[in-house]
Amino acid sequence: MSIAITTQIICFSVLSLVILIGALGVVLLESIVYSAFLLGGVFMSVAGLYLLLNASFVAAAQVLVYVGAVNVLIIFAIMLVNKKEDLKPISDIKSRRIISTSICLTLLSLLIRVDMTNVWSLSSPQNSIGEESTIRIGEHLFSDYLLPFEVASVLLLMAMIGAIVLARRDVMSKDISTGLPVDQELIEKSSEPLLTNKN
Amino acid sequence: MEYGLDLEYSFNEFLKGFGLSSEIAHIIWLPLPMLLVLVAAVVGVLVTVWLERKISAAAQQRIGPEYAGALGVLQPIADGLKLLVKEDIIPAKADGILFTAGPILVLVPVILSWLIVPFGQNLLISNVGIGIFLWIALSSIQPIGLLMSGYASNNKYSLLGGLRAAAQSISYEIPLALSVLAIVLMTNSLSTIDIVNQQSGAGILSWNIWRQPVGFIVFWICALAECERLPFDLPEAEEELVAGYQTEYAGMKFALFYLGSYINLILSALLVSILYLGGWGFPIPVELIAKFLNLPINAPLIQVFTASIGIVMTVLKAYLLVFIAILLRWTTPRVRIDQLLDLGWKFLLPISLANLLITAGLKLAFPQFFGG
Repeated sequence: MSIAITTQIICFSVLSLVILIGALGVVLLESIVYSAFLLGGVFMSVAGLYLLLNASFVAAAQVLVYVGAVNVLIIFAIMLVNKKEDLKPISDIKSRRIISTSICLTLLSLLIRVDMTNVWSLSSPQNSIGEESTIRIGEHLFSDYLLPFEVASVLLLMAMIGAIVLARRDVMSKDISTGLPVDQELIEKSSEPLLTNKN
Repeated sequence: MEYGLDLEYSFNEFLKGFGLSSEIAHIIWLPLPMLLVLVAAVVGVLVTVWLERKISAAAQQRIGPEYAGALGVLQPIADGLKLLVKEDIIPAKADGILFTAGPILVLVPVILSWLIVPFGQNLLISNVGIGIFLWIALSSIQPIGLLMSGYASNNKYSLLGGLRAAAQSISYEIPLALSVLAIVLMTNSLSTIDIVNQQSGAGILSWNIWRQPVGFIVFWICALAECERLPFDLPEAEEELVAGYQTEYAGMKFALFYLGSYINLILSALLVSILYLGGWGFPIPVELIAKFLNLPINAPLIQVFTASIGIVMTVLKAYLLVFIAILLRWTTPRVRIDQLLDLGWKFLLPISLANLLITAGLKLAFPQFFGG
C-alpha cells in the first residue's frame, strides 16, 4: 500500500499548505472580498482533510454548511454593502494589537496543550468505521447528543428572529435602538432618515 | 442484486496477465472511467445544444441549423470551435484573478458531481457512501463562482446577475434537498446505486415517481431553477441585465459557463431519472424477460445485453427530461424575481416539508411499499 500512503502524504501536505496560506491571507489581506473568497478556499481544504480521514459525510456537510451557506452569505453581504471607503485610523491601535496577539497566543498554547496531552492513535485501525459513519452520526444525534442538537436549533431560531427584527424595524411601533416612536407613513423610506428626522 | 459487469475487476485481471502488480493496474484503471464520463458529458452537451437549437426552431416554426452536417448536427461543434478561437478578453478594470477563477469554480463542481451518476450496477466512477449528498454539497459551491465572476467583472449588471444567481440557488437548494431526503428515507441509503435498486422490484410500477409525485415535481422545478433555465433564468435575464454575470465574458471563459450550464442540465435530468424514474431499470424487469426466454441472468452475453439496456435507458430517460426542459424554455415566460422567491420559500419549501413528513408517516404505516 505504499502508493496509497504516498498519495495521502502528498494530499495532506498540499491541503495543510493551502489551509495555512489561505488562513493567513484571510487575516492579512486588505481587500475584504479576497478574504471572503480565501475563507471559502480554507473551508474547502478542511473538507479535504476530513476526506483524508475517511469521514466523507462530515466532509460533505462541511462543504454544504460552511462553503455553500456560511461563505456564500458572507460574500453576499459583502457585495450588497460593497462601499469603497477608507477606514478611520484607530487611536490606540498598538495596545489593541498587543491584547489580540496575547489572546491568540493563549488560545494557541491551549490547542497545543490539548494536542500534546490527548491520545490520538486508535486502539486498532479496524475500529475506523468509514462509510458507516453516516449511520453512527445519526444515532448519536438522536440519542446522547439530542439535547445539544435541539438547543442548537433554538439558537438558530433566536438568530433568525433577531435578524428579522433588525431588518424590519419599520413594522414596530418603537424603534428598538433609540426607543422613539416610528412614523408608519415613512415605511417605504429607509430607516436612516427616519431616525434623524425625529430629533 | 449483485449481478452485472465488473469492468474494473476484469480490467485489473487482464493487466495482471501481463505481469503488472495490482497497484499499478489500479493506477492505470483510475483515469479511464473519469475520462469516459468527461467525454460522455461533453458529447451530451453537444447533443443538447443541437436539440436546443432544433427544438427552439420547431417551437418558433423555423428550420434551425441545417447546413453544418446532416440536419445541422455539426452546428454545436462549429459553435464550440468558434468559442475556442475567439479572443480572450479581460476588461481593463476587472479583477483578473477572480475573473478567471469564477468560470472554473462554476464548472468544476458540476463535473465532479458526475462521480455519482450510475449507468448500471457497476457502471459508475465511484459508489461513494454519501452518494446523492455529495451532489447536494457540490452544487452549493456553484454560487460562489457566480458571485465571484459577477463581482470581478466590475459591471453593475454582472454584479446584479451574480447576486440573483446566488439568491436563487440558495433558496431552491432547500426544497431540493428536502425532496431528496424523502427518497433517502424510503431507500435507507444515500447511495445512488441503492436508490435505483430499491426501485427495480416491479419495473415501471415500482419507480419512485408513483410514490413521490409531489417530490418529483418539487425536485424538477428546483432542478430547473438550479440550472438557471427558463422560466427561472433571472440571473441572465437578457431584457433586464444584458446577460447577467456572463456580460463581460468572451471566448473560452464564456464557453466554460455555457458548458457548465448544459452539463448541469444533463446532470439534473440524469438525477431525476435516477431518483424518480428507476435509473437504468427497463420498464419491464430484465430478470422477468430473461426468465420468460429461459436464459440464465448471469450468462456473459445476457450481462452485456442488460448493461447496454441500462445505459440506453438512463440516457433515454435523461434526454426525455432534457426535451421537456427545452420545450419549457421556449414556451413559458420568465417569472419575476419576487415571484421566484415567493415560489421557493412560500410554496415549494412548505410543500416539500409536508412531503417529507407524509413520507415518514407512510413509511411507518406501510413499510412494505415505502421502504422498511
